[in-house]
Amino acid sequence: MATIAVFLTVDEQHAGPALQQAAGRIDREGGELVLDFSTVRRIDASGLRALEQFANAAVEKEVKVVLRGVKVNLYKTLKLVKLAHRFSFAKHIEES
Amino acid sequence: MITTEATKERIQIPLAEKTLSPERIAYLEGLVSQARIAAAVFTQFTQEDVDRIVKPMVLAGLEQAQYLARLAVEETRLGVMEDKVIKNMVASEFVYNYIKDRRTVGVIREFPERNLIEMAEPIGVLFSLTPITNPTSTVLFKCIVAIKTRNAVIFSPHPKAWKCCSEAVRIMYETALKHGAPEGVFSCLDTPTLQDNAYLMHHKDVGLIDATGGPGVVKAAYSSGKPALGVGAGNTPVYLEKTADLNTAVVDIIISKTFDNGTICASEQTVAIDDEIYDAALQKFSELGAHICSQEETKLLERTVIDPQTGFMQPMAVGQKAIDIARFVGLQVKPGTKLLIAPIQGVGREHPLSVEKLFPVLAVYRAKSTAEALQVCMDVNHAGGLGHTGVIFSRNDEIIRKFGEVINAGRIIVNSPGAIGALGAVYNDLVPTFSFGCGTGGGNSTTDNVNIYHYLNIKRLARRTQNHMWFRVPNQIYFNMNAVENLGQFPSRTTVIVTNPVLEQIGHVDLVRRHICPKTHVHVTVIPDAEPEVKVINEAVETLKFYKADQIIALGGGAVIDAAKIMKLKYESPDADLEYLAAPFLDLRKRVVEYPKDKVNVARLIAIPTTSGTGSEVTPFAVLTDKQRGRKVTLADYSLTPDVAIVDPQFVLSMPKGLIADTGIDCLTHALEAGVSNYASPYTDSNAMQAIRLAFKYLPIAFEHPQDEEARCMMHNAACIAAMAFSNASVGVNHALAHSLGARFGIAHGRANALLLPHVIAYNAAVPAKFMPSPFSQGYIAHKKYATVADLLNLGGRTVDEKVANLIAAIEQLLDRLGFPRSIAELGISKEEFEKAMPELVKNAFDDPSWRSNPRMPLMTEMVELFWKGYQGRGVAKPAEKPELQTV
Repeated sequence: MATIAVFLTVDEQHAGPALQQAAGRIDREGGELVLDFSTVRRIDASGLRALEQFANAAVEKEVKVVLRGVKVNLYKTLKLVKLAHRFSFAKHIEES
Repeated sequence: MITTEATKERIQIPLAEKTLSPERIAYLEGLVSQARIAAAVFTQFTQEDVDRIVKPMVLAGLEQAQYLARLAVEETRLGVMEDKVIKNMVASEFVYNYIKDRRTVGVIREFPERNLIEMAEPIGVLFSLTPITNPTSTVLFKCIVAIKTRNAVIFSPHPKAWKCCSEAVRIMYETALKHGAPEGVFSCLDTPTLQDNAYLMHHKDVGLIDATGGPGVVKAAYSSGKPALGVGAGNTPVYLEKTADLNTAVVDIIISKTFDNGTICASEQTVAIDDEIYDAALQKFSELGAHICSQEETKLLERTVIDPQTGFMQPMAVGQKAIDIARFVGLQVKPGTKLLIAPIQGVGREHPLSVEKLFPVLAVYRAKSTAEALQVCMDVNHAGGLGHTGVIFSRNDEIIRKFGEVINAGRIIVNSPGAIGALGAVYNDLVPTFSFGCGTGGGNSTTDNVNIYHYLNIKRLARRTQNHMWFRVPNQIYFNMNAVENLGQFPSRTTVIVTNPVLEQIGHVDLVRRHICPKTHVHVTVIPDAEPEVKVINEAVETLKFYKADQIIALGGGAVIDAAKIMKLKYESPDADLEYLAAPFLDLRKRVVEYPKDKVNVARLIAIPTTSGTGSEVTPFAVLTDKQRGRKVTLADYSLTPDVAIVDPQFVLSMPKGLIADTGIDCLTHALEAGVSNYASPYTDSNAMQAIRLAFKYLPIAFEHPQDEEARCMMHNAACIAAMAFSNASVGVNHALAHSLGARFGIAHGRANALLLPHVIAYNAAVPAKFMPSPFSQGYIAHKKYATVADLLNLGGRTVDEKVANLIAAIEQLLDRLGFPRSIAELGISKEEFEKAMPELVKNAFDDPSWRSNPRMPLMTEMVELFWKGYQGRGVAKPAEKPELQTV
């Protein structure tokens, strides 16, 4: 199974487009995707929606999505919108 | 949109399923989903982020106050435009003034002295229903408070105030969004219906329902099973008391009752006026533009503005001008009439105007007395106004307080207008709000003026508190041979020596008498050498009173010293109830009973022990026997501690060998138990360890060579030092078991201790089946402390286990050397008899407070096991399990 690491340097402004770009790679390559959130300090509503769509697409294509470098505050946000359980998390989440 | 899961669950709501179309459900789910995401995003915001959004919202509210007020009046046809402008400004500016410097993110309050921090957790999604009476001001208030607390809100305005409310929501939302608030943080139902409300009230993603409106809305909110702030109707009673400043009171009532045409639910409804000022008050109202209704006019009003079927106000009258109501009803009033005043003769359904009237009609009642006025106010309060608001005008503070006592209202407004006073921050220091909590009387969970703290889950971060500890002993202790000579430095007019017959016979009393200050009148009270009885104490107290003693010298063993402590207590505080003072307690500093502080007499207590064991000369304990009631009473308080202890070994030289052994082991047990106690401290440890060292070294010598003055002196000191340790660290389960065993089978206390001691050490050194909760201890360390004792005694061993085993073996050897029976069976107690006594033994041991400081919490089954180990004797006292907890 191919492993693709998609390194995102997303913030409030760019989370949505970056995740859409990553979703495109699911279509093309399948396998396991690693999204690097280590530079993401905060995510906005459009970013969360994009992440939701990304999770849906990943399920459809049977691709495992691993989030890496997720900060604790962001993890809490993912828990609140019930998205956290839809992803795997690489190692531990990080301190903000 | 994140809806799939939520949509499935929402279809389970029966009412909504029947009445809402799939399209409508999708619409509502969309609102919830958007609010949920906004709330989640909001959790990432800092206090500074939030405050940056709030201020422009407040400014927008102020700028649009007039516009929104006009919209509200045009749409609802209720109230007064100018007053609604004021309401909008209060909802913005006054609320901001209250919240601007308050923290609502992260740590919001700190209590360093309590090691406590309060932290804010947003609620998430709020579903908020707003009323027709205060539509835009309520929306402004809720939006500002919601942003300050990082919550998202879905608004459901009253359908007849939808346009102005949705406009207020839009203004707040666009301003908030512009300054960084999460997208979707506010939304407003497009065409709110009861079905929409029901659906959202039951939605799993709605965290709190904030319902401001009529009783139906509030009831629905509370019936939903969701956390809710439901704020609804009131019925404000007013007492216009004869000492009031009438000019101010009348103007205030008019201001309040006509403010926005009486639409604020805290406005005055029925005024009970003292007879003495009734006519003057009505005259004043009339002069200032009120119309005083005749009896016929009142009847007419009752029939028209109150629904005869329901007994509630007619909606058509709500928020209308007095003059319009008068015209509608058919009353002839002067132009410019502000208020219609209707005299009533009582409260209840037969007096229709005694209910809530959100329009400028005010009921008044002539009260013949304060009691009658209060009664009428209570009747109004209970006729739909429970928990809401009460108003009093008076200069009599006693009556104001009485009113506050009898009226059940979250807000008791004094000498100011009810409606505006209840809003807070204008006439008083109440928290500004547009949502009045009405307490349980109004079916609410709070009586507060709702504000930011009600929109937060407040988390309390409670750090472990290192409780203050103490080390309290007599402030003077004289020790070693001839220490009794120090008596001479204590001046006294009259000294009473309390002692027992034997000590008097062998000349100890004379020895003491010789060293008392010259010119002191000395009286000797001889009491039996047994645990003191109430009768004996009372007789001795009479002696103290008779001689007006200013000094008591207790010369004897523990029994005599205990008796003297209680005599002193009763002498100084004759009303002290010993039974009451002996009430059980868990923590000395938090005990329920308080020992008397007021003293009618004062006497110095000097304790001279004549045995080397109990240490009563330095302890705060005293045991009393109540033969009449057939029980023992243990008193414990540091006020019982003697003022002076004289530990002079010459008074113990006559002790028989058996007593040397018994008291010596008691001393050793005190020290060992204090050493491993949960209340042990470095202060008590130093005493405990020294007492153990002295006892191990000198007890065998004192026993085998009673004439060895050094050994006797050191054992006398050891007993006192051990007592200083357990006075402050307490004892443990060994004492609890020994008290029970000794009482049941008449075994001397030291001996009973000895029979159990090796087994208790093994028991405490093992990993507990149940740990004892104790803020004082850090991890489980009893086994290590026993090991420290073994090291102190140079008993050898490489590991903690070995050291504990060596300590137990050394104690066994010591007990053998002292000639102690090594099992309960050896005392001639049959197995059957012991078995039969077991329930009582365990019950009494468990009731004994001694074990509460034991490092291991003794289960009753473990007590049974320990008793049987004591019964069987040597060879069973080995650590049961290897301690695994090496946490310190």
